[in-house]
Amino acid sequence: MKVCMFHLMPYRDLPADFRQRYRSAFIDPLWFDVADSEKVGQYYNATLDELLYAAQAGLHGVCTNQHHQNVYGFMANPSLMGAVLAKETNGQDVAIIQLGSTLPSTTPPTRIAEEYAMLDCISGGRLVAGFPTGLPPDATISNAVVPVEQRERFREALALVTKAWSAREIFAWNGKHYQLGMVNLWPRPIQQPHPPIWIPGSGISSTAEFVIERDHCFCHLSYYGARNAEQVTDRYWELVARKGRDDNPHRLSFLQLIGVAETDAEAEALYGPHAEYFFHKLHYTPPNYQQIPGCLEYPALVQALHHNPRAAIKAHELKARDFFDRGFVIVGSAKTVREQLVDGMKRLRAGHLLALLHFGSMPTDLCKRNIGLFAREVLPHLAPLWDEYEDRWWPQRLRAKRPAAALAAAAS
Amino acid sequence: MAVSEVRRLRLWQDRIETEVEIAGSGPPLVYLHGPWGLLPDRTFIAQLARANTVYAPRHPGTTRGDPDAVHALNDWLDLIVYHGELLDRLEVEAASFVGHSFGGLVAAEFAASAPNAVRRLVLIDPVGLWRDDLPVRNWMLLSESERRPSLFADPNGGAAKRFFGVPDDAGERIDVLAQAIWAQACTGKFVWPVPDRGLKQRIHRIAASTLVIWGKADRIIDAAYAHEFAKRIAGARVAPIDDAGHLPHLEQADAVQKAVQEFLRR
Repeated sequence: MKVCMFHLMPYRDLPADFRQRYRSAFIDPLWFDVADSEKVGQYYNATLDELLYAAQAGLHGVCTNQHHQNVYGFMANPSLMGAVLAKETNGQDVAIIQLGSTLPSTTPPTRIAEEYAMLDCISGGRLVAGFPTGLPPDATISNAVVPVEQRERFREALALVTKAWSAREIFAWNGKHYQLGMVNLWPRPIQQPHPPIWIPGSGISSTAEFVIERDHCFCHLSYYGARNAEQVTDRYWELVARKGRDDNPHRLSFLQLIGVAETDAEAEALYGPHAEYFFHKLHYTPPNYQQIPGCLEYPALVQALHHNPRAAIKAHELKARDFFDRGFVIVGSAKTVREQLVDGMKRLRAGHLLALLHFGSMPTDLCKRNIGLFAREVLPHLAPLWDEYEDRWWPQRLRAKRPAAALAAAAS
Repeated sequence: MAVSEVRRLRLWQDRIETEVEIAGSGPPLVYLHGPWGLLPDRTFIAQLARANTVYAPRHPGTTRGDPDAVHALNDWLDLIVYHGELLDRLEVEAASFVGHSFGGLVAAEFAASAPNAVRRLVLIDPVGLWRDDLPVRNWMLLSESERRPSLFADPNGGAAKRFFGVPDDAGERIDVLAQAIWAQACTGKFVWPVPDRGLKQRIHRIAASTLVIWGKADRIIDAAYAHEFAKRIAGARVAPIDDAGHLPHLEQADAVQKAVQEFLRR
């Protein structure tokens, strides 16, 4: 399997009384009351350093993402981060996973087609093209996308982008949401007709169906851990079977918060405060910013009113111990972590693990220590998983290779 | 209201299925509902039906069985032309229009685009104009605790209780909630994120005699907007309503009804 480092690029020094001052991590926190541009400059640099460190340590890919107007993570343009990563990892056989730019928020979406093509060219064909629909507050509040049009725009934009990447002739696009008279994209991606396409979703909705129908990779970006994801992934694999697709595990990616230390006790002590910071301060969005009318299509809305498992989770009432015990965060010695991860990835049948090795207020030295231990003592046990399946959702040029550092670690 | 008929129409090249509730007798009156759909509390339109034939259509997408109809109208122009088709199918040549909130904006826009099709116009706390010093609150983003005090002058009064009341039965409750949320999605499509679609450019075309009703305690769109509408519509009159928020026709039903009936009789 492929193991990649994911990073949110959060604000790492929120005031202790943040939750008393604001009712949300998104939209409401006032920049000049909370944040400091000098510090944020350090965070961006630290984030890039941490991702590059992961690449050097032997992880198979590095992931960026796009969010807006919040303290939770604000790579407002992931292509800027991706450009640095692509350049700096040349020669390292690491995938640049943009997970990614949000199509419905970008007009015209050919802008993203261009940026991704640039990244594929800079990286020598190592791009994974991720296309999230965007979180409701990001898309609809920060970027003014009409809620009930978000998915419609997404589908049209993706069709436009993929056509623009591979069309041999100049074409006109006369869509419902986008009109372009002459499309002749410069540059085009090295990977033709398109780089691997990954599409995130937090549950099984029409998006998952869309992903399976088009044979893309579905990324279940949950913060509740492999142990709590079975319901979603079971339904995903049922849907995959129903739609006549094979059961290649690489059509599923899964995100997991992970903290490794020398012993279980040390890991719990080291990562506990950062887990609490993550769930209490960063992963903190009130329902009225998540459940914006129209963001769910009607059948999904009815389904969510019937059963919304996440509504039952009151993360702010839980402590670090709960996050560990419930499996939201996997922490411990390398042995503990790899046992849980191997078991979890097998159970979910996930072919790509997106390891959130930085979370919350974690300082960069701890993050790098986490990456180092993970890469040396956990990754080699995960990498052989699913070796019998070809990863068709991985850049062609990297499929036969494993990063040199991982091979060395596996041999030692 | 004592509905005499629910007519189900297929419109817009058969891409929109919509229900129109029809009640009463007398001169035709079209009631256009607000962001929350055609509410279960129909007292207001039942009273309108005493002296009028009331046509109460459901906004596209809010008729049961056809939620995707919302996608059949692309933009503001489509929405206004659609209402012309709706009237044609109902064989209503010229009617009075009463519109609440979002429905008030649609009624005003229709009256500006087809001045001869609207005899009288009643706007109840309409949206559609914008002042930077008095931004309109986005009703689709209200938190649970903000909803009642934002929509009603008396958050604990009978009208608020009826508006927010949900059935005890789980299935019925989900249905009611889904309808109310989806109605906001379908209407919000046309006014997201700022409910200003350029009516100020066209409002001078309104020829109908107009009454602007406003709940003085409206916390979605300030009562000062009553004057903004009135000053742009020739001869328009304003009826401020005491002890009422954004839904004065529910909260002070008698006072609003009296103002509307007097205006329609003139």
